Order: sequence, then C-alpha cells, then structure tokens
Amino acid sequence: MVGPDQPLLPGTEAPGTEFVRKADEIVRQYPVSRRSAALPLLHHWQQEFGFVSQRAVEWISERLGLKPIHILELVTFYPMLRVRPGGKINFKVCRTLSCALAGSHDLFAQIRERCGATATAGHGMYVSPDGAYSVEFVECLAACGTPPAMMVEEEEFERATIDTVERILAKRQASRATGGA
Amino acid sequence: MAEIGTAKGPAAEHRIILRYADEPDYTTDIDCYLRHGGYEQLRKALSMEPAAIVAEVKASGLRGRGGAGFPTGTKWGFIDHAKNQKPVYLLCNADESEPGTFKDRQIIYKDPHQLLEGMIISSYANRAHLAYIYIRGEMVRGAQILERALAEARAKNFLGENILGSGYDLDMFVFRGAGAYICGEETGLIESLEGKRAYPRIKPPYFPAVLGLYLCPTIVNNVETLCNVKHIVEMGGAAYAKIGTPNNTGTRIWCVSGDVRRPGYFEYDGGAITMGELLYDVCGGIRDGNRLKAVIPGGSSAKVLRAGETYRIRRKNSQGTMEEVEMKLEDLPLDFDTIAASGSMSGSGGIIVMDHTRDMVECLNNLSAFYAHESCGQCTPCREGALWMHKILDRMAEGEGRPEDPQLLLDLAEQIAGRTICAFGEACSWPVESFVAKFREEFEAKAAKEHERLQPAC
Repeated sequence: MVGPDQPLLPGTEAPGTEFVRKADEIVRQYPVSRRSAALPLLHHWQQEFGFVSQRAVEWISERLGLKPIHILELVTFYPMLRVRPGGKINFKVCRTLSCALAGSHDLFAQIRERCGATATAGHGMYVSPDGAYSVEFVECLAACGTPPAMMVEEEEFERATIDTVERILAKRQASRATGGA
Repeated sequence: MAEIGTAKGPAAEHRIILRYADEPDYTTDIDCYLRHGGYEQLRKALSMEPAAIVAEVKASGLRGRGGAGFPTGTKWGFIDHAKNQKPVYLLCNADESEPGTFKDRQIIYKDPHQLLEGMIISSYANRAHLAYIYIRGEMVRGAQILERALAEARAKNFLGENILGSGYDLDMFVFRGAGAYICGEETGLIESLEGKRAYPRIKPPYFPAVLGLYLCPTIVNNVETLCNVKHIVEMGGAAYAKIGTPNNTGTRIWCVSGDVRRPGYFEYDGGAITMGELLYDVCGGIRDGNRLKAVIPGGSSAKVLRAGETYRIRRKNSQGTMEEVEMKLEDLPLDFDTIAASGSMSGSGGIIVMDHTRDMVECLNNLSAFYAHESCGQCTPCREGALWMHKILDRMAEGEGRPEDPQLLLDLAEQIAGRTICAFGEACSWPVESFVAKFREEFEAKAAKEHERLQPAC
C-alpha cells in the first residue's frame, strides 16, 4: 500500500524509443479520451520496469496531460499494480473458495518455505531476502474447475502442486545457466 | 452420454457456444474459424437492418449471462436511435471474476473469433462504431489471443472501415483491467475504462444506455451473451427461443467446482438438466465418497443451498397456468427462474460444491475475505460492513468467536443490502445471510465453543 510510511520509490527509469512508440500506439486506441490510456500505460510501464515508481506517475501523467494524482489514485486502487519490485520469479496463488477447497493455502505455505519467502513486501506479498522469489495470494483467477490455480508472470498453471513449482524453478535455473532469459 | 430426455439419465450436453472449443484440431486463428463457417453470420447481419437484428434478439428471449439475467433485447431497446445524437459504444464485459465462474475463459482462450463476430454484429445492431473488450488483467494470454484475433479480423476487413463493402465502420480494442472485481459491475467497468478508479455510478441517472462511456449511450454485455447473438442471427430469434424453456431460452454454460469428482464446464439447454443430474451423473458425484452438504448455485454472491432442503417452486405448467410444486435441491432444473424461486440465483452459472467434511464458518470466512478485499470503498455500509463481517468470521474461525456473533452477522448483512450504490452490497451480504441462516447451529457452536474456552481453565 502506498502511504506516508511507504511512498513511491523515486525511480530512475528511462523509457526508450520502442517503449515510447508502443505507448503512443496504446494512446491511439482511445480516440475519445486520452485519460482512458492511463491504466494501459501503467500496465505497459510495469511490464517494462517491474513496478510503478514516482517517475512512472510523472511520465504517464505528462504524456496524457493529466495531474499526477490521476495516475497515483489508480496505483493505490488496482491490486495488480506494484509499487515495489517483486521477486525475479513471482508466484500468484489463488486464495478464493474453490481453490482453497483444493488446497491452495497449503500450496502457498509450501512455496513460501521452498523459496524462503519470509519478508513481507506489503499487499500480502512475501519475498526471499535475496529478492529472487516472491509469492502472493490473489483472488479468484477464473480457473475454478482445475484448482489450485497459480500464475507465474504471464503464465497460468492449473492443478498446481509443489511439483509444478519445482519444475518452474528448474526450468528457470536451466535457462539462466545457458544464458537465456 | 445418455440420450436427450430419457428418464434414466440426464440430457446430453447441447454445445452451441462451446461447439468447437474443445475439438482437438480447433485453433484460435482466423483460418480455422473461417473453415468452420466463421463470419458468415456477420455477412448475413450486414445485409439486415440494425433494427431487425434487435428485433430478433428480443424475439429470442436471450437473457444476460453475466449474472443478472436481464433480457438483452430490452437492454438494447433502451437506446432511442430516433432521438439519439451522440455516438454509441459497445463494451464486452470479459472481467470474469465472480468466484466459481470460468466459462468466458473457455471462449476467449479457445474460440476468440466467435466473440469478435458476436461483438461486431451487436455493434452494428446498436449502431456503435467503437467497441472495447474489457478483459480482466490476470488473463494476459487471453488479451494477447484477442489482440491477435482483432488484427486478423482487421486484415480481412471484418473490422475497420466499410466492413465487407457495407458502408459500416467499426473499430475495436482490448482493455485490460488490473485485478479489481468491482470492474465487473457495468458502471464500474465504464469508470475504469475512462481511466479512473472503478467506482460504480448511481442509477438513475447513470444508466449505461443513457449516460454510459464518456456519458454517451453504451451497451455492456457479457462474453457468453455476445456469442449468443451470432447464433440468434443464424437461426432466427423464434427458433432460438424454442431452445430451453420459456423465459430461460438458449443454452447456458454451467461451471462446477469444489468437492465433486469431475469438475468442469458443461453447456445445456435452459432447464434441461437438474442440479442432481449435473452433480451426480455429469460430475461423478461428491469426491472421496463424501456426502453433499451445500451448493452455491450461481457464483459466490448467490445464496447457498443446503443439502436436504426442499423448495416450494411456483411455475407455469403445460396448460399455461401457475402451479406450486415441492422440489428437493437435487430436483431443481437449472435455469434462471427455478433457481431464483428456490431463493437464490443462477447468476453467472458458477456452481461451487461443498461436502460434509467442510466447516461452513471457514467456507464463509474465505468468501468474506474476498468481499472485504474487493469492496471499492465508495459506500460506507459496504466498505465498513464487508470488512466488519470478515473480522467477525475470522475471529470465529480462529476460535475467538463470541455468542452474539451469528446474530451480529445477520444484523450487519441486513443493513448493507439495499443501502449501496451498486449490487456489491447484496453480493457481500447474501452469502453471509444464507450461510448463517441455513447452518445456524454450526455458527452458534463455533461461537459457543469459544465462550466455553474462555472460562477459567481450572
């Protein structure tokens, strides 16, 4: 949560040419009101830089001819927007009833233990001390028929278990070892 | 699968919307869609007058599949095109977030062009030239699939200027939400799309058909609803109205989750299958040989139904006169009207099953945490009440309950519903009201047990 004790990080991100080109493309999708592009640009920023900083708020508000508060009020409202970097691998586990009945809370505890995600990062997110891993609960992911539902970045997993988590970790480790993304 | 209408087993699935979705060779690209007769109904629709399409949708009896079950044709009829001078917008509500619901996901991820065709036809019928798909933020892949489908449709001139030489122009884009349930409320969705917090608007005056997106007439329809429009154009409103039962026409996709052996999504004609047939025959019964305890029939906001309950259902009989029949939970035919008559609602079609091993206080506490988290914070009764109810349930679940808690929960719930701008007030109160009323003994035991524990231990 953003508040007096946890303000936005100042941020030193420098949007590149490709980022700006994509931003302009997004704004063009809202011919009636540029303000509609506020949330899409926040998504765009977070995808590129990992979280929303003060710099993001200023850059986007300037781009859309808005006051910074018009952007900040979205950051404090929409749960998917982050004001702190998450872990390099972030696990989102569904907390809501159908997944809970299928053991999602146990899965959450197992991931925390496996990744050593002990420190709280606000908004119910836990991160490992080295910042490599984070895990958070999210509300219903609309995959209740194949529970527990889990997301890692953009990828969705159904019937997730700790084995699923192990496979994801092994894959990441392998791709890092070969210098992949 | 049993034959349709046999006394022995349930009716077979009748897949209209999900006809191709799970076929092994069916892919999301436009070539596959075109091979399966895709965009033929758009061609047909463009040869019709917009008003004629609205008339077909009215005749079809189609009711909204997002939760409220409002007649789609009536919704469309609210825009008076003779007087209206403003642009009209069409929005697809793809913010599927009602716990227990995962039907729109199947359409978006497996058959995106069906949604686009339904949307383009609906936009034409409502004379909209700009449309958006509001998809929940977590469906990143879904948004990418739709983006690609839109590009393909544009390249083939199913979108853009002068669509297929008809003189009709339409642009369409994807808008991603960011994790807020309230964006599924249509006026909250509109505010969100305008770049603001998703605070629902008060009605009147902000009926979307009058003062919607950018304060212009706006149609907001659910994914499944918009797909149905394509099939109404194909078969005609009158033929569509013959599917299902009167006032519950067409098919519905039921999503079953929780304690059944084989959860999943199933498409049936309105009223063609009973709750018992769906849970026991289609879904294989309760897991691990357990017994049924409770069912939430229409997404987490619907009132819970308790196993063993009977309901007095008023309905029209074959002679067209009203009759009252007594029905067990298992015998309820799944449709809008019967589930409503049982005191709950079929809502979004999300059926959550709980077996006899489940603690109802824990289950309700899980849902109350959801509503406490998702209240937008605009109206005091909901903002404070949803959180308060969760705090009470949390302490009960933790063994810190008080004897007065069950009644306090009921009093609180009663004072939220009807006192808020949007239906979230009801959505957060109904589960509490129904769980506590129907499983009162469990809630009282939970509260009393703690009362005893608090006595001196000597």
